[in-house]
Amino acid sequence: MAYVDDFPTDARIVRWNMGVAFLALGIGGLFGMIQALHRTGVFRGFVSSADYYTVLTGHGVLLALVFTIFALCGLFTWGVTRSLDRPLPNPRFTLTWFALMLVGALAAAVTILGGLVPSIPFNADVLYTFYAPMQAHPAFYAGLALFIVGTWLAGLDWFRAYWQWRGDNPGERIPLQTFMVLVTMLMWYISSAGVAVEVLFFLLPWSLGLIESVDPLLTRTLFWYFGHPVVYFWLMPAYFIWYTVLPKFSGGRLFSDPLARVVFVLFLLLSTPVGFHHQYVDPGIPEGFKFIAMTNTMFLLLPSLLTAFTVVASMEHGARQRGGEGRLGWLRKLPWDEPAFAGCALAGLMFAAGGFSGMINAGMNINYLIHNTLWVPGHFHLTVGTASTLTFMAAGYWLFPQITGNRLRFRSLATVQPYVWFIGMTLMSNAMHRAGLAGIPRRTAEPQYDAVTFQGVVGGVSEMRLQIAIGGTILFLGLVLFLIVIFGTWFGGSGNDSLRVNGRIPAPLSGPEHSPKILDNLKLWTAVAIVLIVLAYGLPLSAMVADGLFAPGSPPIPV
Amino acid sequence: MEIHRYEKLWTAAALLLIVGLIATVTYGALGPGVKMVDDSGGTIDAGSLGDTEFGDPGVTQVGEDQYEVHVVARQFLFQPGTAEPIRVPANSEVTFYVTSPDVVHGFELAGTNVNTMVIPGQVTEVTVRFDEPAQYGIVCHEYCGAGHHTMAGQLVVVPEDEYEGGS
Repeated sequence: MAYVDDFPTDARIVRWNMGVAFLALGIGGLFGMIQALHRTGVFRGFVSSADYYTVLTGHGVLLALVFTIFALCGLFTWGVTRSLDRPLPNPRFTLTWFALMLVGALAAAVTILGGLVPSIPFNADVLYTFYAPMQAHPAFYAGLALFIVGTWLAGLDWFRAYWQWRGDNPGERIPLQTFMVLVTMLMWYISSAGVAVEVLFFLLPWSLGLIESVDPLLTRTLFWYFGHPVVYFWLMPAYFIWYTVLPKFSGGRLFSDPLARVVFVLFLLLSTPVGFHHQYVDPGIPEGFKFIAMTNTMFLLLPSLLTAFTVVASMEHGARQRGGEGRLGWLRKLPWDEPAFAGCALAGLMFAAGGFSGMINAGMNINYLIHNTLWVPGHFHLTVGTASTLTFMAAGYWLFPQITGNRLRFRSLATVQPYVWFIGMTLMSNAMHRAGLAGIPRRTAEPQYDAVTFQGVVGGVSEMRLQIAIGGTILFLGLVLFLIVIFGTWFGGSGNDSLRVNGRIPAPLSGPEHSPKILDNLKLWTAVAIVLIVLAYGLPLSAMVADGLFAPGSPPIPV
Repeated sequence: MEIHRYEKLWTAAALLLIVGLIATVTYGALGPGVKMVDDSGGTIDAGSLGDTEFGDPGVTQVGEDQYEVHVVARQFLFQPGTAEPIRVPANSEVTFYVTSPDVVHGFELAGTNVNTMVIPGQVTEVTVRFDEPAQYGIVCHEYCGAGHHTMAGQLVVVPEDEYEGGS
């Protein structure tokens, strides 16, 4: 029996969420390739340099928000229903949040794409970081607000399923997957409040002309209050896969359920009070607050470093179950030809590199060197662009047969796809990192400035450009392979063969009974998280609003 | 709760790394004196820069080897910087004051540590020493509108004996 047989209604909502996610991935990925070719000067025939920023906004919003969040809604719906072994309480409520998110995402996407059609008055090429006073069409902000409200209701849906389960199972430990979903959503409720306030109280009324000016620094701070935690909102679903199904893909079982819970609690506590590390070089914020945020940011490395241990240990355990021996010889016994395993393992490997460049970003003084340079996209293409994306793809290879009831099609394409992604990303991101060290800025449509020369520390600028263009093209190829496999599986029919996917997840070596019960006390951890946020943000935010909510203000500047 | 011995060792090593990273930054601030951009520039009315020291932006000498440079970053130029290069003498300490009357910009002297944000309503203050004659490109690294990629300028550090003041 596959998941789709046990939970037909929930399987459908998982499919729809994943379907929207992967469509957004397709469009956003195409935009990515166009950018890689345009800004490196290899091929500039797709768009003008002025329209480049519309494409860039589309790439950022479709991938960083629409793709990731729809994919996680699919994964989480599956994880909650599977681990609680009960469907979501009310299909109509489930449809409501899905519809809200979809309408919101469409409104934002249409306003962005309107920038490419001069006769359409919509415009929103304000980038994924939609800072005031650059102003988008009100439909862009309204769409974002609807989308976020949709995610809140999705979280409520999962909480309702949990409360029902709790009623039937008093005193039992929360199943690990549900625990991870609930903690992730608590983190999201707390952190998305920042962007909700920014959009609903400032940007939307301002774009409608109801208020005259906004304080750019205040709205920027509210944006980054959400802007870094959202990174963990992409990453925690990847960790959810790495902890709960990657050990199985490797042929073994999770090392420690209690440590997994500790890691997620640490994310809940530390994710939000770190946003100022994106504002290290902003004027108007005292150095002390930047230092506090940095300390927090550095400690946020801990859950990721613990995860690195667990992931590798679980893979080793699996490999030894399969007969692997020796200090490193066990690596050869891992199922490298299984796309679900290979994708997760390569994503984890890339994430290690991304983690190291993240340590540089977090260091307040060395941040001067790389702030707003190509280093930064180099970094997050390793984290969200590989750790999350490749993990979601890999999970898709395993999950789609179970949620559609069809066997995985084009298996050989699926087998090479994670490696294609890995090679493309290796070329693109190493060149981006090095270009950043040379001082080449991010987010620019031109390969060269007349009056500026950039000195590469290692390698020449033209070689870096070529690698970025080739890497971006290979990544797009990897994306096309993925979409062929997934949509081929979905719509390709089941044939007459029976499904050969085993959806069972083995119990961890060390189960929840070994962990203190306090780990499951969600109210306590939420309260601690809020206290930490008040400590980090209370004083700087009150200083910013001391001279008035809208001052020092700026009138809107249309894009 | 059972924690594997290797896991304990790993956690200790991770914590050591984290504390070490924080220590390097603390040392950077206290030892070599790396100073962050902060709120020392103060706030300003972005709508009426003309009435302030940004009304006539440029270089002023304030001490023997000390100079102040007021720069307005606007869509899509640096003033001064774009139309004519900013000139300062070698062996000087230069404090930049940068602000914007329109949107958020960036201000980066490619190849140096001067790399900062420019936010309407705020004045960015950043100080740097120039020991040798050199030329630096100035780049806006924060997307500021359709002409963002054209927003660049130059700073020229001239030999001390050739310096003729200003602009």
